[in-house]
Amino acid sequence: MTPALRRGMFLVGIAGFLAFYLWGLTRLPGFGRYPGPYGFVVNRIAVGQTNATGVVSAVNFEYRGFDTVGEEFILFAAATGVATVLRRLRDEQEGGRSRAAFGESPSGTTDAIRLASLVFVGPVALFGWFLASHAQTSPSGGFQGGVVLATAFVLIYLAGQFLAFRRVSPADLIDSVGAVGAAGFAAIGLTAVVLGFAYLYNFLPLGTVPGAVSSSGTIALISFFVGIEVAAAFILIVGELVEQTLLVRAEGGDK
Amino acid sequence: MSYLPFFVVAWILGVGLYGIVTSRHLVHQIICLIVVQSSTYVLILGVGYVTGAVAPYFYDIPVHTPAVDPVVQALALTDVVVEAAVTALLLAFAIQAHKRFGTLDPHELVQLKG
Repeated sequence: MTPALRRGMFLVGIAGFLAFYLWGLTRLPGFGRYPGPYGFVVNRIAVGQTNATGVVSAVNFEYRGFDTVGEEFILFAAATGVATVLRRLRDEQEGGRSRAAFGESPSGTTDAIRLASLVFVGPVALFGWFLASHAQTSPSGGFQGGVVLATAFVLIYLAGQFLAFRRVSPADLIDSVGAVGAAGFAAIGLTAVVLGFAYLYNFLPLGTVPGAVSSSGTIALISFFVGIEVAAAFILIVGELVEQTLLVRAEGGDK
Repeated sequence: MSYLPFFVVAWILGVGLYGIVTSRHLVHQIICLIVVQSSTYVLILGVGYVTGAVAPYFYDIPVHTPAVDPVVQALALTDVVVEAAVTALLLAFAIQAHKRFGTLDPHELVQLKG
């Protein structure tokens, strides 16, 4: 198929899609006219039921908790998948010369970037931790916090220290941390079952003050486990991809 | 009433799809897929928006303040996580393809197979 033919067929298809889409829009209630009722109901009852003032987190880790288990395992499976897809390649090239490149900084790194990266490692890690532990109060949660936490480790790499990046995040350790995070979430759900409630029932004391860090029972705990799982998954994925980049560069085939 | 956000959805989706169809580089194609998926964020957040309402966080405002739908916001979060997972896997496959076939041009990859 020639590129021109391919583009022509696409334009025909997208025109048809657009016609149907616009036709569908005519029956939608319009932007800003959310018809409800679920959003309104959840907003009204969530704070009273869970003592969490962050209703999005309450939805994620409480009302839709079972979905979020699946979501977390999607990420877990993806990290495992990346490691699996790239593993065989790495073994193929376990020749001596490629290791030499691992101490090198990424190309184009200036001293300013290195310094700024190192300065930001601490604050970014703290911010990630803050986000992961405040799901129940403010716009944050385990997923956001985990990604920010992983960024702190990526900054170490950006500072030109791949060896240091590997030293503070050895793959085996990060693997285990990720597994603990994923299993912790599932275990909280099973604990509720053992105690005689439904899966992922919020069986912990909810606290007395809505919005306090210690409030909201299992929501805060699940957010913590999700946070370390997400951080571990992203560190694994970034580490695997970066390692491939350095291997390619070591081969001299930087195309 | 306004439909502007929904037109933005169609635009982002169309631009991303056009990029996928005409792309000559696998990494570029993956980025185009991210663009396509971004349209779903705008769509589901747009569906849940209520004119004049605040974000569904009641830390320092009364519980009865009108707020936008928190369910679609949680869904957007799921969407982002899935996108990150898909992107990571696709990039890993792109690396594999480059290692094995020495090219990242989808057209050449097709010819190699046939």
